[in-house]
Amino acid sequence: MALALEVKGLSTTLFTRRGEMKAVDGLSLSVAAGETVALVGESGCGKSLSALSIMRLLPDPPARIVGGEVRLNGRDLMPMPEEALLDIRGKEIGMIFQDPMSSLNPVATVATQIVEVLRSHTDMGRAAARARALELLELVGMPDAPRRLDEYPHRLSGGMCQRVMIAMAIACNPSVLIADEPTTALDVTVQAQVLALLKKLQADSGMAMIFITHDLGVVAETADRVVVMYAGRKVEEAGVDALFETPLHPYTAGLIGATPIPGAERAARLADIPGMVPALNALPPGCAFADRCPKVMDRCRQEIPLLTQPALGRLVACFAAETA
Amino acid sequence: MTGAGSSRRMAALKLLRRRLIQAVPLMLGVVVINFVLIHLAPGSFLELMTAENQVSDPATIALLRKTYGLEDPTWLQLLKYIWALLHFDFGFSYRQNMPVIDAILLNLPATILLMVSSIALALAVGVAAGVVASMKVRTFWDTIVSVAAMFFFAAPSFWLGIMMIVLFAVKLGWLPVGGMATIGGTGGSIAGGAGGILDILHHLILPTLALGLFYAAIYTRVMRSSMLEVAQLDFVRTARAKGLSRNQVTVHHVLRNALLPVVTILGVQMGTVLAGSVVIESVFSWPGVGSLLFDSVSSRNYPVVLGIMVLGSLVVITANIAVDLVYMWLDPRIEIR
Repeated sequence: MALALEVKGLSTTLFTRRGEMKAVDGLSLSVAAGETVALVGESGCGKSLSALSIMRLLPDPPARIVGGEVRLNGRDLMPMPEEALLDIRGKEIGMIFQDPMSSLNPVATVATQIVEVLRSHTDMGRAAARARALELLELVGMPDAPRRLDEYPHRLSGGMCQRVMIAMAIACNPSVLIADEPTTALDVTVQAQVLALLKKLQADSGMAMIFITHDLGVVAETADRVVVMYAGRKVEEAGVDALFETPLHPYTAGLIGATPIPGAERAARLADIPGMVPALNALPPGCAFADRCPKVMDRCRQEIPLLTQPALGRLVACFAAETA
Repeated sequence: MTGAGSSRRMAALKLLRRRLIQAVPLMLGVVVINFVLIHLAPGSFLELMTAENQVSDPATIALLRKTYGLEDPTWLQLLKYIWALLHFDFGFSYRQNMPVIDAILLNLPATILLMVSSIALALAVGVAAGVVASMKVRTFWDTIVSVAAMFFFAAPSFWLGIMMIVLFAVKLGWLPVGGMATIGGTGGSIAGGAGGILDILHHLILPTLALGLFYAAIYTRVMRSSMLEVAQLDFVRTARAKGLSRNQVTVHHVLRNALLPVVTILGVQMGTVLAGSVVIESVFSWPGVGSLLFDSVSSRNYPVVLGIMVLGSLVVITANIAVDLVYMWLDPRIEIR
């Protein structure tokens, strides 16, 4: 399958008064058409900043991309001028965000906001764009779509707002969709509906999807491959089944152990990962996970483990995993 | 459009009705408080009037007291005044020798013209400068705008007015010193045709600047911080992710949301704009209600003072209702329950 998006060595640094922080450090990942790659990790590990870096939508200052390539269907986005990017954002890469209620403009109607995407990327007239907006709302399963067209976002539920966001993101048939925790702010039942919708849209259009989440249950349901991030770096990558069966990195194992399994005995306590993600401006010289790692060795505190390939399609950055 | 549009119109009508109902007790309060305050003040216009005209005959004075209804107790005078107001009767002004309402209506258009032009200037300059400062934040232009805003905020408007007269009227001779029309000119009124209107506009420039720049300074600062705040919100990121250019994002998404606080303070300040115009009118001899008020206070011409208070409140209340409706139009989240 052709690679829709290929990220190589992407590095993003936050330049703050308290010093420079490597928020994303040499991230590489690729997504093929029709494939879903989940980007997993705790809050503050650089998932969202990676996504914004790919779109080149970082708040600058303080964040700036300091290196790497992002190839969309072969073309590198990094050296492109801002005007060229305007034709890519919203057209070739769609994006949906965590909090759908605050991600829509409160003073514009649903129609206005969808029509805006269509009109800025196609030469559709106002009426045609409005008709297409209605089609899109129906496509994303908006209940009572014709009436919702002229509603303002505050009249819609979180799930409906997310459907509007999805309608805007897919309006121009993008080849890549980046979903940044799209279900985190939603009720569980609505979560399932939104996930099912995204899967269906992907199956119909064959778009590649990067799915950012900290919820491993969602990962198991949606992803083909998983990239685990910790403190700005990729620590493990694997197919979704392999990852859940044999997690190689102790951090991945910890994340899986901390996920409740329905039907499991109540007495069995959930395993937790002790400690917190280290501050990005105070990273240890060795592995950033060393202080929380059950398998920590002396070497882990001195060198940063590089990614190795223990098996086909698997990558891990851990000395303990190498020796095992 | 469809359902949403007509329900918004209904909500606007509801708001209008509620504000109008609220205006009734408000106006009554304004009348009572002003009436009582004026009657607590020592002296009456009768003393000044008789002294000026050297009337000393007790019979004539008694007749005048009776004519102006001054022999009744205060509470009865108040009730009679309110009753008269209900029939749009504001009393009689001896100085202008005409009904109070006619004297005020003669001057009111000039004041409203000054108010409207000052607010328009303040909004246009304030919003534009605030947007520029926020888009060029922490640059040379931002600093220039901030310093200018600080200056016009700090400068008393009467001083600013006098300084502008000195510079633009006396030294440079570009603009008239004061008044509303050229004395002995052909124009000076709407009846004077295009030339007359131009003449009025020419006279309007300096008073508008003196009154409006203070408010422009406030709106600049509010607009700048509001723009910066809104630019941080999630939906602005969404707009950028849609592939809109920086200008499109600013105009279509940031600006309209950032206007809301400006409209809020505009509503609050309607009263102070009217009060400010009293000062500016006397600096520029602008023949408005402010000049009339000043003259009436010094001559203890209380019926006129009271009439101006009442009509002024009416103007402010009307302006506030207009601002509420504009706010509602700008922010669909405002709904009437």
